[in-house]
Amino acid sequence: MSAFNAIGDEREIDRDEYTPGVEPQPTWCPGCGDFGVLKALKQALPEVGKTPEEVLTVTGIGCSGKLNSYLDTYGFHTIHGRALPVARAAKLANPDLEVVAAGGDGDGYGIGGNHFIHSARENHDMTYIVFNNEIFGLTKGQTSPTSPKGHKSKTQPSGSAKTPLRPLSMSLNAGASYVARTAAVNPNQAKEIIKEAIEHDGFAHIDFLTQCPTWNKDARQYVPYVDVQESDDYDFDVHDRTEAAEMMRETEDVLNEGTVLTGRYYVEEDRPSYTQEKQAVGEMPDQPLAERYFDDDAEWERSYDLLDRHK
Amino acid sequence: MSDDELIWRIAGGSGDGIDSTSQNFAKALMRSGLNVFTHRHYPSRIRGGHTYVEIRAAEHEVQSRGDGYNFLLALGDSFARNPQEEAYYGNEEIKPLSENLDELREGGVIIYDEGLVSEDDVEALNLDERAEENDWHVFPLDLRGLAKEHGREVMRNTAGVGATAALLDMDLEHIEDLMSDAMGGDVLEANLDILHEAYEDVNEEYEFEHDLRVPTGDHDTEQALLSGSNAIAYGAIDAGCRFIAGYPMTPWTDVFTILSQNFPDMGGISEQVEDEIAAAALAVGASHAGVKAMSGSSGGGFALMSEPLGLAEMTETPLVLVESMRAGPSTGMPTKPEQADLEHVLYTSQGDSQRVVFAPGNIEEAYEQTRLAFDIAWDYQIPVMLIYDQKLSGENKNVDVEFFDREPSPDLGSTLTEEELKEAAHDNSGKFKRFNYETAEDGVAPRSLPGQKNGRYLATGNEHSPVGHISEDPDNRVAQMDRRLEKLEAIRTELNEERDSTQTYFGEEDAEYGIITWGSSQGAVEEAIDRLNADGHSVRGLSVSDMMPFPEQEVTEFLESVDEAMVVEMNASAQFRGLLQKELGRFGEKLTSLLKYNGNPFEPAEIVEGYEVNVAEEEREPTAQVRIEPAAGD
Repeated sequence: MSAFNAIGDEREIDRDEYTPGVEPQPTWCPGCGDFGVLKALKQALPEVGKTPEEVLTVTGIGCSGKLNSYLDTYGFHTIHGRALPVARAAKLANPDLEVVAAGGDGDGYGIGGNHFIHSARENHDMTYIVFNNEIFGLTKGQTSPTSPKGHKSKTQPSGSAKTPLRPLSMSLNAGASYVARTAAVNPNQAKEIIKEAIEHDGFAHIDFLTQCPTWNKDARQYVPYVDVQESDDYDFDVHDRTEAAEMMRETEDVLNEGTVLTGRYYVEEDRPSYTQEKQAVGEMPDQPLAERYFDDDAEWERSYDLLDRHK
Repeated sequence: MSDDELIWRIAGGSGDGIDSTSQNFAKALMRSGLNVFTHRHYPSRIRGGHTYVEIRAAEHEVQSRGDGYNFLLALGDSFARNPQEEAYYGNEEIKPLSENLDELREGGVIIYDEGLVSEDDVEALNLDERAEENDWHVFPLDLRGLAKEHGREVMRNTAGVGATAALLDMDLEHIEDLMSDAMGGDVLEANLDILHEAYEDVNEEYEFEHDLRVPTGDHDTEQALLSGSNAIAYGAIDAGCRFIAGYPMTPWTDVFTILSQNFPDMGGISEQVEDEIAAAALAVGASHAGVKAMSGSSGGGFALMSEPLGLAEMTETPLVLVESMRAGPSTGMPTKPEQADLEHVLYTSQGDSQRVVFAPGNIEEAYEQTRLAFDIAWDYQIPVMLIYDQKLSGENKNVDVEFFDREPSPDLGSTLTEEELKEAAHDNSGKFKRFNYETAEDGVAPRSLPGQKNGRYLATGNEHSPVGHISEDPDNRVAQMDRRLEKLEAIRTELNEERDSTQTYFGEEDAEYGIITWGSSQGAVEEAIDRLNADGHSVRGLSVSDMMPFPEQEVTEFLESVDEAMVVEMNASAQFRGLLQKELGRFGEKLTSLLKYNGNPFEPAEIVEGYEVNVAEEEREPTAQVRIEPAAGD
């Protein structure tokens, strides 16, 4: 018998269940792209059959970090850049949880970049949504790791001297097994990509373009956008690492020229998740570890039985 | 200082097998009925460098390294670099012999490997003259040659042990048994040959003129040889901890390694991750999801854990972190002990953050206080830290096997089941009031776990309402802050009134003079006090383990009972004395400090001397490399 009966609960799920009673209206600025992520998640989660209490949404700090204030699941609003290590461990402790991590571009590609690389490398079975608005929003408009070269801000008044980071390429090289980019202005694609990401057994990274109408007027609204799967101008195989890498590079190159390319970039279906890898080497139990603490029949090993090696 | 004890020092280079050889020799002494205590000195390098392990063995209890030692097995450093005499580090080949002579007691025995060190180098030491002066008994033996003859050069350790056993008139039985447990086949065969040959050669070739022999002892109960790191790891296992995340750093790596090796067989999980921020954050995440989890590091790595520590405090996620101190600042001296991270551990992390901190003083305390840390962390949903150091981490001591015969305690403390969650308070949209200050007891509001029905809430590092919603409402802020602070007071009460004290007392209750210490300096202080009292002084000792909450009452009573007191700690800035005065707000005029920060732990004699200089107010500086800080007003 499980101690976590919200997990695997088969029932009809109403979309409104994901809207909290406290502060049902998010406090993001009017026109903020973050609304698009929230809406897409609220649509996607019921469609993949997940109830609010079997989902753990782990966020970082920034406007994006407030996602779980407005999405009524179990939530952990962590600290700047550290959503992924918290999320990873929750998944290891109870692999039956549906874990969704989220944060901004500063959070995930800047201060938390190291965690991003290693989470992707290890291929934890989770979804990671990066709200990419190419700016620090909540601290009022400073240059972020994805801000375009030349972008002027209060902290880089003469324009950034740095080339922006390439989030999709970095993700692929680090080892993510699902990489996509979508945009808040493209709600249907966003929903479908989130569903695929959740159902993907491995680290699914979504670089989610979220326009910041207050602090990043240069980026406009990420319109018009092009879906690389639907457009006849692009033809590549998402299962082919080399073709995916080329397509990612082009997508990153043209973004700051005003061409917004979105879609699925890389999908590796047969790669084992980290949980499976760890179980394969015998360093992870078959049953969720969190269940054991509620199992009255569980046998707990004692150090007393380890003492032979010390005698 | 007495010679009813053996203090055997095996010296060589890192990579020469000093550690494993000494481990087995210590076990052999323990099996023969003696109490043993080991001390390990090593450089931060993989091969070569001056390293030694000291084993103190006696019939009586031993809680510390001794003063100096009386038997040297100098193996020679087979990985020595820079053999020129003018090299910065000096001639390394001879170091196992040359570096160890100053601390060898009168009447001591020396074996050195004449197969590895050159005659000229030995001559340059004036060994004959010094031996004459100090009544040392020197045995130059070709250990290397003997090892090569029967096996491989690296087995000269075994030759050294065989020669040691002969000179000490020690039975080979336990050594043979331990070798048979550790190896097999040709390797065992060769080692046994070398052991016997060395034993017989020494007996045949030499007339013994030295007095030193192995002491005799008898244990009433079965003993196990454990290190402080073993004790911490085993305490965690028995507390039901099954998740550890870490990043390697000396000396914390020991605990991380022991648990990583044991957890797979116990259904536990160990994660080595990208950095220490991640390590502590993983422990928070696992604990949040319902597993008893821990992390840890040494000073430099712990500096990175400051933010996840604060997150655990604010989200009230139970967490145990261990901090294994080494000499700082910055990278400091990676393999040398120091007690200089106390303030770092007590005060790091922003805001009015709070945590519980224990500093175990010996191996038994390390085990018990680790279990206590998990109990408190999970009952009160608060981070609990264990602070110890390279000394306690690596020293081995024999402990009664029965000491560990206890029930495990995997209980999750103040965590609700789904049945209980049904009855718990929720807001009108069904969110669980996880931070409900109205119904909290001792400041503790019970928690739910992700995946439980009727338990959803938001955990956040921001100030938050009862359901976890981010809130800057002043009334809520004060209520939540007060509730969290109340937990520390409740823990103080529990530690002071409901549990056995974790402080340790020595000496006579009505003594005139007090010595206070904390953490791993405890054993040396205990022995120093025994000696002082045996010499007719009137001294009482207190070793404090509760760093936070501080045991105000116990320490006050102790200080009121003595005329003066000396605070003994291994750092340069008297951090514990500072804590004591901050917590008690008085006694400044009664307290002097004895400080040592040269990278080596206290020997009992140094504390005895510190007392003599202080109390007898002798007009002299201590001879040891220590510093005395006078009392306020002096």
